[in-house]
Amino acid sequence: MKQSFNTLTSTCIPLPLENVDTDQIIPARFMKSTTRDEKFFGDHLFFDWRHRPDGTPNPDFVLNNPACQGSTILVAGKNFGSGSSREHAAWAIAGYGIRVVVSSFFADIHKNNELNNFVLPVVVSEAFLGELFASIKADASTLVTVDLPNQTITNHATGHSETFEINAYKKHCLMNGLDDIDFLTADKALIEAYEKKRP
Amino acid sequence: MNTLFDKIWDAHVVRKVEDGPTQLYIDRLYCHEVTSPQAFEGLRERGLKCFRPKQIFCMPDHNTPTHDQDKPIADPVSKAQVDALARNAAEFGLTHFGMMDPHNGIIHVVGPELGLSLPGMTIVCGDSHTSTHGAMGAVAFGIGTSEVEMVLASQCILQSKPKSMRIRIEGMLGKGVTAKDVALYLMAQLTTSGATGYFVEYGGSVVRDMTMEGRLTLCNLSIEMGARGGFVAPDETTFAYLKGRNYAPKGDDWDRAVAYWRTLQSGDDAVFDRELVFDAADIEPRITYGTNPGMGIGISDAIPALDTIPEAGQASFLKSLGYMQFQPGEKLLGKPVDYVFLGACTNGRIEDFRAFASLVKGHHKAEGVTAWLVPGSWKVDGQIRAEGLDKVLAEAGFEVRQPGCSACLAMNDDKIPAGCLAVSTSNRNFEGRQGPGSRTILASPYTAAAAAITGVITDPRQFLK
Repeated sequence: MKQSFNTLTSTCIPLPLENVDTDQIIPARFMKSTTRDEKFFGDHLFFDWRHRPDGTPNPDFVLNNPACQGSTILVAGKNFGSGSSREHAAWAIAGYGIRVVVSSFFADIHKNNELNNFVLPVVVSEAFLGELFASIKADASTLVTVDLPNQTITNHATGHSETFEINAYKKHCLMNGLDDIDFLTADKALIEAYEKKRP
Repeated sequence: MNTLFDKIWDAHVVRKVEDGPTQLYIDRLYCHEVTSPQAFEGLRERGLKCFRPKQIFCMPDHNTPTHDQDKPIADPVSKAQVDALARNAAEFGLTHFGMMDPHNGIIHVVGPELGLSLPGMTIVCGDSHTSTHGAMGAVAFGIGTSEVEMVLASQCILQSKPKSMRIRIEGMLGKGVTAKDVALYLMAQLTTSGATGYFVEYGGSVVRDMTMEGRLTLCNLSIEMGARGGFVAPDETTFAYLKGRNYAPKGDDWDRAVAYWRTLQSGDDAVFDRELVFDAADIEPRITYGTNPGMGIGISDAIPALDTIPEAGQASFLKSLGYMQFQPGEKLLGKPVDYVFLGACTNGRIEDFRAFASLVKGHHKAEGVTAWLVPGSWKVDGQIRAEGLDKVLAEAGFEVRQPGCSACLAMNDDKIPAGCLAVSTSNRNFEGRQGPGSRTILASPYTAAAAAITGVITDPRQFLK
């Protein structure tokens, strides 16, 4: 869903595992929907980690931790979103209500998918990530502020901040709730001109 | 600079967005039923048509059952998704190869075998294994559904240009070592994120000597090292494979095309952002032991000990081994196997069936092993029968099923039951990938065949002359 992004402050959902793949974010059997129903996908976010094999909630999984309810920032170990290109993973994250994913490293396709769904992937240093996990472990109410206009992320427990990268075009899209299809379809003549001149 | 990737990329730049991505022209879009419905829905909501419908080919593969494809799909949700693709293709004027169409199969098997994927093209699909088509000398990569919608609407996509990497494998592969083993070796060396941000050109004597089937397997698995795509510069092997294929150029067009394709090489002065060289002699048949494809070992090696794993990765390592029911430091040879799966866009081509059949010939499927042999397309199925491989397989107790993605990701009925151990020629061993609770060991067709006849993890070389 198109929405604009500026600055947000929230508690965090910590997931200190590396190489979290999109099959875990949304298992394949929940990809049979033909509509972009984010609530449906959000309800099935991390389904097989969130539930025991018998279908009851797994109390050990972080999404079932009462302290994390209402958090809009997911903090994950490096190489988040590896594997399948399924955008359903980004829909599930957005549908659950997460607006920012923080990690030291993202898989390419998933990172684009988050951006295309107005979820902001924030790449931080290993040191910042490690400290943030430690802060959340010590105090689940630790707040983090993500400021897109200034491209900064701040851990309130330590007061430490880092800047993060995002290209100016995508930043503009996120801040104004615009998507790439609006951009690409605005100038068809340019594409036709390319087609005419190509070898 | 002056790499083949640069040449193909630069030839497709419509414009560079200031301080942003590149608007890249796409020659070929493939759509399957799982990642396209929301893109078509998006077009309808915006009141848009397909910009270049002739460049787009659709086929269902993920949900298709591997038996009774002439009957309606029993699972109503799978059926709805497959039917939606047919409806969308008709509404937007796109070519569609439905179930039972002789051109149907796994999209990444069908594209090359029909000559739809050609050297020098840009090719995308809402599927990370689109990297497969790189074997044809194309820049091919997986995209999300929003990006599928972009291509439907404009035949363009917005992408930042990746960095370039060349991986050369030099020397001669040993007995029983296949393209799959090479790829599993590379993933273990680079990890699943070692090539993230890069496009990989594969080269060296091993790749030059590889068949097209082998190159397709190698390029297919590029994404499992994190690379957006991987490709092989086109050569005589490529041209011989493509000549006469349904959609390949014909007559004078063919000659002109080949003349152009011969120019698609990295320059002698090409500069890559990263270059790696590996020795083929270091590669033995490979298996995975964990829950990502980079967690692999030589078949006779032991799983790494915990103290060899960096501290930040230990929690993931232990979670992974806990799921697999393996211990750090243990060997896997001799472990009982419940299921064997031959197929997928990784290893569902004719050469894979030849390899499997050659190993099981004169033996019999082990009791207690369930084996699913699933061709990548109807064309592969036809070749299997034309070469009599179906009879060899039947004598050894194996049945050839109907084509589709099948147990690779278990969106149809082919689900490995919880707790069961499968030796699979597919591409991913993620938790639950082949069905909730399934445990997957990735391997080559030879290694899968050896497990199928012995019932345990077995070094296939003992069966090969």
